[in-house]
Amino acid sequence: MIAEAGHYALVLALGLALIQATVPFIGARLRDQGLMNVARSTAMAQMLFAMIAFGALVTLHVTSDFSVANVYENSHSLKPLIYKITGVWGNHEGSMLLWVLILAVFGGLVATFGGNLPTSLRAHVLAVQAWVAASFYLFILITSNPFIRIANPPIEGRDLNPVLQDIGLAVHPPLLYLGYVGFSISFSFAIAALVEGRIDAAWARWVRPWTLMAWIFLTLGIAMGSYWAYYELGWGGWWFWDPVENASLMPWLAGTALLHSALVMEKRDALKVWTLLLAILTFSLSLLGTFLVRSGVLTSVHAFATDPRRGVFILLILCFFIGGSLALFAWRASALKQGGLFAPISREGALVLNNLLLTTACATVLVGTLYPLILEVLTGDKISVGAPFFNVTFAPLFLPLLFAVPFGPLLAWKRGDLLGAAQRLIAAGIAGLVVMAVVLAWTHGGAMFAPLAIGLGVFVIAGALTDLAERTALFRVAVPTALRRAQGMPRSAWGSIFAHAGLGITLIGIVCETTWSSEHIAVMKPGDVAQISGYSATLDDVGQRQGPNYREMIARFTVTNGSDLVGIMTPSKRSFTTRGSSTTEAALLARGASQLYISLGEPNGDGSIVVRIYHKPLVLLIWYGALAMAFGGLLSLSDRRLRVGAPKPARAPRSLQPAE
Amino acid sequence: MTRKQRRLTMIGGAIAVLAVAAALVLNALRDSIVFFSTPTMATEKHIAPGRRFRLGGMVRPGSVVRGDRLAVTFDVTDGNATLPVAYQGMLPDLFREGQGVVTEGAIDQSGVFRADTVLAKHDETYMPKEVADALKKEGHWKDDYGAKESGARESGASESVARSVAAQGAGR
Repeated sequence: MIAEAGHYALVLALGLALIQATVPFIGARLRDQGLMNVARSTAMAQMLFAMIAFGALVTLHVTSDFSVANVYENSHSLKPLIYKITGVWGNHEGSMLLWVLILAVFGGLVATFGGNLPTSLRAHVLAVQAWVAASFYLFILITSNPFIRIANPPIEGRDLNPVLQDIGLAVHPPLLYLGYVGFSISFSFAIAALVEGRIDAAWARWVRPWTLMAWIFLTLGIAMGSYWAYYELGWGGWWFWDPVENASLMPWLAGTALLHSALVMEKRDALKVWTLLLAILTFSLSLLGTFLVRSGVLTSVHAFATDPRRGVFILLILCFFIGGSLALFAWRASALKQGGLFAPISREGALVLNNLLLTTACATVLVGTLYPLILEVLTGDKISVGAPFFNVTFAPLFLPLLFAVPFGPLLAWKRGDLLGAAQRLIAAGIAGLVVMAVVLAWTHGGAMFAPLAIGLGVFVIAGALTDLAERTALFRVAVPTALRRAQGMPRSAWGSIFAHAGLGITLIGIVCETTWSSEHIAVMKPGDVAQISGYSATLDDVGQRQGPNYREMIARFTVTNGSDLVGIMTPSKRSFTTRGSSTTEAALLARGASQLYISLGEPNGDGSIVVRIYHKPLVLLIWYGALAMAFGGLLSLSDRRLRVGAPKPARAPRSLQPAE
Repeated sequence: MTRKQRRLTMIGGAIAVLAVAAALVLNALRDSIVFFSTPTMATEKHIAPGRRFRLGGMVRPGSVVRGDRLAVTFDVTDGNATLPVAYQGMLPDLFREGQGVVTEGAIDQSGVFRADTVLAKHDETYMPKEVADALKKEGHWKDDYGAKESGARESGASESVARSVAAQGAGR
């Protein structure tokens, strides 16, 4: 009954989406307020029905109704409740349902909080949103229905893939989807602007919070996924340049560019056409990511389904939205009026450079991700494009960008003074050089590259602090005055300082981890001691334990540093009987931002066990930096000017009316 | 600067960055990609010693020999040809005799494939996609694998999150 209700709700949501996709459009053509406002109520109703459908699936999973195929395949009655819930999106059908749910919720939010939008803009935005929603409802109903029943219900389910029974996976996909799908709002705004043939600074101000919100979620989602891979896959890697990861990195890069170009548009009314294009590209890359992950064209860490029907369907959706929006862009973009002029050396110029480098870096990732697929289709050769490729393409583009980051905020709008900015960055530059020299002196061996990159990271952080000092006039006025100025600073300024510093922090973490991480692999018996980076790990004993739906082999290590006890670490290996597979639960011990990491291999017959121990210096900085970026985004989102809403343009520009 | 000059500066800068990126990508595509090969392809193509590639196939049952300090040797076969592989380090959880494996490394002078990475990349059918495709092409596709997969598809159970665990060489 619940399954049928969920299915029915999904069909109703599709119907509502179709109404929402057409009626407001007609209303906007006829300038009929009533028809345009249909968008609002249908968006709310559509959100409600998507929620009912999702709620139904959650209920089925929680009550372990194995007469539903999706539950039978991905659940088990003994599974802990939390994983019964998270297992809902641990599979293809459920995760697509989560995707449309988030899409519908975003539509509902625009309908709720879009009160200050011009009626026709809101109608168009919601209509475009509904086109996307309708195609994905169709996709779910036709190829991936989660509510299909099994004729002869089995007594027990097949359990969720053990690797996915983890709290990290509970959080990672929803965050990532909030990011992916969040960019649909900026996409819808861009399409609406193209259809209306009108775009102005107010438009950018409406779009920015949505983009920012999506960007924050995506940042957190990528960081979470990376940390999950780090502790769950058992060999200490945190980024694999795997196509699935690239699929989330590309929208992030494009979205970051979009955030910055929307800033130029909001403040200076320039880069309009480019911003529109970026909004379209960002969501296109999100769709591409969904396609890559969901169609099963890849084999990768996360490789998914193998049903070609799904792949073809998503490919059609992809072609329709990307092709359609780019065609619309080509047709209408020239009609948009170009705004504000600026010199190449200026804040705008710096943001253009930022956009240029980010999009080019994004393009190299795209090439590296798609090239193997294209080559295989064309020639049949199978190749793998991995870290070596990205190290020599992505890094050379990203490092100059990082070097430029501190300069941007110090340049004035319209016409900047590069020399002046450089002078103000002298302190930051010296800080970077000093750290570089210290690192160079302290460490021996290793690549020359590492101290340079760490110096760059310090320069980025110090540059962000310089920006803060400049804004508060610290060192030039009395401290209380500077503090008052700091209080009066707009939150978005704080946001950019945090986000930029976060970049530097992440860079330092990445460089330290990749350069000075040490690894020790040994066959150990109880009583054996392993030495790594000054720590000694003693294997005390190896025991067995029964979990709710698995058996677990736990090893106990006592870690000492000289004569001081540092801690007890208990890595384990879980065998899941239902699927006959096992997972490695690494033990982590943080010392400051560094970590000791122990994971277990297969036990040998004679009571000994293969043990992998890593010392990862400053590895946590990678994720602290990401958190700082997300926090910066959050601060920026809370900025007053984004909450009070955009000022309405005094008079709607008459020059650009819709073509009809 | 005039408007035209500004525009030219911008466009020039953009073209410069794009050119650099294109050069980097082309260069990397020549040097940094790794081809996938089965033992048959490896012997037919006479891949030069020292050239890195990925070798995929089945671990020949009974061929795994473990030595000291986590050294291990095994044969990778695709039914037609067999290539001996030497590796030192921790093998992934799912490395098993008679099952699919992908290793990365290069052939040395004596004709042994020195792997520095072993990937056991598979879903519940225990077969990496590249290996399955290659074996199908070679005509050595095991029926039971095919049956398992199509059976799974019929019941709609094709959804599985494949897991890959890569073991990196201890020497790195």
